[in-house]
Amino acid sequence: MVENVKALLKAHENLKREVYLDNENSTVVPREVLDEMLPYYSQKGYGNPTLTHKQGWEAFETIMESAQKISQFLGAKILEEITFTPGETEANNLALMGAAFANKQKGTKIVISEIEPINVLHVTDLLKKFGFTTTKIPVDTEGFLNLEKLKEAVDKETVLASVSMANNEIGTIQPVREALDIVKDKNPETLVHTDASDAYGRIPVNVKDLKVDLATVSSYKILGPRGIGALYVKEGVNVDKILEGQIGTQKLWPGVENTPLIVGFTKASEMAFQDFGANVARMRKTRNKLVDGILERLSDVKLNGAKGDKRAPDNANVSILRCEGEALTIELSLKGVYVSSGSACSRRLLQPSHVLVAIGRKFSEAHGSILMKTTRYHTEEDINYVLEVLPSAVGRIRGIVGSTGVD
Amino acid sequence: MSRVPLPYTQKVLDLFRNPKNLGKLEDANVISIAGNPACGDMITFYMKINDQDVIEKISFESYGCAANIATASIVTEMIKGLHVENAWKDVTWKKVTEEVGGLPSVKFHCGILAVGAVKRAIRKYYEQKGSVPDWLPKDFTFEEKQALEEEELAKKMSKRLKAAEEN
Repeated sequence: MVENVKALLKAHENLKREVYLDNENSTVVPREVLDEMLPYYSQKGYGNPTLTHKQGWEAFETIMESAQKISQFLGAKILEEITFTPGETEANNLALMGAAFANKQKGTKIVISEIEPINVLHVTDLLKKFGFTTTKIPVDTEGFLNLEKLKEAVDKETVLASVSMANNEIGTIQPVREALDIVKDKNPETLVHTDASDAYGRIPVNVKDLKVDLATVSSYKILGPRGIGALYVKEGVNVDKILEGQIGTQKLWPGVENTPLIVGFTKASEMAFQDFGANVARMRKTRNKLVDGILERLSDVKLNGAKGDKRAPDNANVSILRCEGEALTIELSLKGVYVSSGSACSRRLLQPSHVLVAIGRKFSEAHGSILMKTTRYHTEEDINYVLEVLPSAVGRIRGIVGSTGVD
Repeated sequence: MSRVPLPYTQKVLDLFRNPKNLGKLEDANVISIAGNPACGDMITFYMKINDQDVIEKISFESYGCAANIATASIVTEMIKGLHVENAWKDVTWKKVTEEVGGLPSVKFHCGILAVGAVKRAIRKYYEQKGSVPDWLPKDFTFEEKQALEEEELAKKMSKRLKAAEEN
């Protein structure tokens, strides 16, 4: 298997340019973030923050200062409302399972949107085993939640509602505040959670304004290191911890805190919010150029998700008809352009992206989808290069498809 | 999105980049399709089989991933010039997988689908001819069954989608 990968990599030699657009799945980490992190491995604060010596106290101070900063970026009241977790997956697991278990006496019904990320969807599947039932609220063709159905679904048994702020695949920005007001009107006891991972650093996220009880953010979605995220838990909201182990500085997540990653996440947040407007404008500009260029240059292409201000500024997701997505990701990779696809072939099951299916895309449209996210670091030249190589890549895959697979 | 690593072999990559026998065949007398666009996995074979039951020409089109393209392409090379009986007996999905240097396990179904499509073509050829040779088994082979199963899954998925839309 390793030999195969070596051959695949060899096929990428002599690329004239590389443009990384798969920022949904992992990102580069800027030098400034790494520089901030590295000393915490060997020079300072490398101790366990619960222990009584200098290196422990240094770690403790750093973690608390980081939590303070993240809490400010999120508009939280106190730093104790922030729990660092190993990522978005763990934060969403903690939010859903922890809130459901701790509040089971209030009810066993959960309400989520149909287009929640897998780490929410699958947790609700797991919660079935513990007696919870989940209603999935449908979305329209742009991915907006059906608020009427949401209203119908919430009742006095509803313990928890979870709706992402910005969808990770199609970028649609939900009217979270409005949706959660509807939930609280029907049942003030229902806890509300939002996965804000794809909104943080892109649109303003303020937990106080949103009136959410729980919110997830993730480091690698904002050009921070992987392996770290956070869950905001409003003061007074009961959440059970979901893992057992040595409790350190955080009551909801056991184990030794990862100081360098927490520092990296915090630095990445600072960089995202410093010149926030300009950063967002930069990703929006290159994203618009990318989407407009694709729609202009290719026939039979559809934009997936919402348009304009209701779309996350970095998200580009298009369905290219008569073109299988996994094949296209490989073809583009051989030209130095890195994207992902909602095709079943790039996934384990023969089922395409549940998000694209939920917005009413045909299976063939979902299989021909590619997802790209721009960052503040992309340049016009990067996008020009993508637009230069994409038509011929699509042309070649469509040439293999011929008239097969047209439904 | 759930994903698995897909370390394709050099051979798969070569065939993906330079597929052999690609495209429609104008003088084909048998055309067979397997798979379904709903699964994102579909192959069409075009064959010209002569009076001596020899596969004189063969080409393919593929709506699918690199493994789908590579296995379809290698199958055309494996059976071109063979008597249909030999094509039926010699070509199994395991051999196809070997010929492309192996496939990640989640991609085995691509080779299975390609062989299913070939077997389907051979049955169709004899149906068209109006005579069924003794060596041709009445029961579906493993590959044909799997192709059917994949198509059934696609139908179910489409049905489920329609039902969801109506609700």
